[in-house]
Amino acid sequence: MADHKGIMIFGEMIEGKLGAITKELLGGGSRLSNALGEELYVVLIGNHVSRIADEAVAFGANKVWVVDHPLLEDYQPDSFVSSMVEVLERVMPRVLIIGQTSVGQDLAPRLAFRLNTAVVLDCVELSIAPDSKLLLQTKPVYGGKAWATFTSDSFPQMATVRPKSMAPLERDDLRKGEVIPIDINLDQSSIRTKVLEKVAEEREGIRLEDAEVIISGGRGIGGQDGFRQLEELSKLLKGAAVGATRAACDAGWVPSTIQVGLTGKIVTPKVYIATALSGSSQHMAGCSGSETIVAVNSDPSANIFKEAKFGVVGDWKAVLPTFIKKIAELSKD
Amino acid sequence: MNIIVCVKEIIDPELSPDSFNIDPEKNVPLIPASTPTVISPFDEQAVEAALRIKDSHGGKITILSLGNDLHREVVKKPLAMGADELVLLEDAAFADGDSWSTAQALALGIKKIGDYELILCGRQAADWDAGQVGLGIAEILGLPSVTLARKIEVSDGKAKVERVTPDGYEIVEVSLPALITVSNELGEARYPTAMGIIGSLGKQPDIWKPEDIGLDPSETGGRGRRLTLLRLFKPVREGKCEVIEGETLEEAAVNLALRLREAKIL
Repeated sequence: MADHKGIMIFGEMIEGKLGAITKELLGGGSRLSNALGEELYVVLIGNHVSRIADEAVAFGANKVWVVDHPLLEDYQPDSFVSSMVEVLERVMPRVLIIGQTSVGQDLAPRLAFRLNTAVVLDCVELSIAPDSKLLLQTKPVYGGKAWATFTSDSFPQMATVRPKSMAPLERDDLRKGEVIPIDINLDQSSIRTKVLEKVAEEREGIRLEDAEVIISGGRGIGGQDGFRQLEELSKLLKGAAVGATRAACDAGWVPSTIQVGLTGKIVTPKVYIATALSGSSQHMAGCSGSETIVAVNSDPSANIFKEAKFGVVGDWKAVLPTFIKKIAELSKD
Repeated sequence: MNIIVCVKEIIDPELSPDSFNIDPEKNVPLIPASTPTVISPFDEQAVEAALRIKDSHGGKITILSLGNDLHREVVKKPLAMGADELVLLEDAAFADGDSWSTAQALALGIKKIGDYELILCGRQAADWDAGQVGLGIAEILGLPSVTLARKIEVSDGKAKVERVTPDGYEIVEVSLPALITVSNELGEARYPTAMGIIGSLGKQPDIWKPEDIGLDPSETGGRGRRLTLLRLFKPVREGKCEVIEGETLEEAAVNLALRLREAKIL
């Protein structure tokens, strides 16, 4: 459609700052913006979000639309979908990109159905078809066993993008951009869900997304005691954290906040030590971005040995403690 | 308390990557003929969530599934787990759809079923991983929705949902009727009991065609899609694993540490 122009990024504010995912989408979005010769926008929806508009410009936005309202303090589909509909009616971007986050995976489908347009979730690659100028959306399917490329001809062209699949631009505070506040009439009675409470699970040490080394355990760890051992071992290494497969989390051995995988955390550490886990494609979706994968597993035919660069075949109880202690010892030199 | 749970029959997601290949002409998977199909795991967990509510509040659970040539022993599993009724939207016209056409058809099926306080869906189907049908149904039916439920409690016409967040969870309240999508953090689904399996054998599903739910067969399934699949392919895997050995496992562990040190990795 001739009147739809521009690439719009749905921005997220995390702990008062521009979310890492938004910086990544701006990086990826800038490539699409160059390919199309169209501008790059950010839309910020929330309470007290105006303060990060300048940061969005510094990371690449030509224009930032801001919907700032106390009723938007917590994410809820009703108010966020209707706010987005108003912004989109006003701006009419060709492309709308949202992060595949807990907010994005909730917002994008309802918004797409409201707008009578199509969306593809969890994309790892976006590009513009040179002839049609339509968005080509590529995402893992079948639990990561295959990739699929889709396209559609409805507007706006929508996609959500997997964290850590695009690189942000360098921050440039000299970049210039326009910040445009939008007033939306929000009616409390139209908001049908209410966030009563937020609970943060207690977490020792660094976040998985920030860890340099991750020791990750699967079904073969056997129980909570085994994971406690992994936790103790991780303390011997600098910048290390413990992750887990979905099976270990579903069994209740560890909190789901450390689940690595397709429906868990996406991690990109220097080293990922895959311990007593088979390496299913769903799990690999979460850790395949690691620089080096090391596998310890007693089953030589486990899929993890096709994904790892180094490995030992054997019982993790016999291998892992000695391995980690030796690494810690060598690091002291 | 009337609950509708939408479930999808899919190729077993545990199938190993080596057995999974693709027909590049037709853009479809090529898998061993013996590969079993199962209910998508997140949908099974949605059934489990419904059963937990039924355990404490009573009521009726209706399972709704869309597809073609559905295997009865697979789609009846939720009945064997404890659900009450099964409705199948089964017809060749429903095949090859996308999230859009699927949500349209399921929403019409739900309208025909009629009575419900709660609709539960898995957060995404473990084959195409699209993650939209549940929310699409909510949007079409004009219902409030909550995603990523790890726990659902109902009382006084409201649901309290523990919704998974990156750092833990939040508690969201929603008035019924509502649609809730369920995530694996809910925990493992129960196994069917022997009694449940025997009981389910005798139950016959209601089978509805497009016309039964007010759909033109030429406007659903593959012909009702919004999304075009251009290409399905296997990403290239360059894996070459260096397996480190030793006289004993402890020695292998030491050798692994030395090797990684030498390669300047750790």
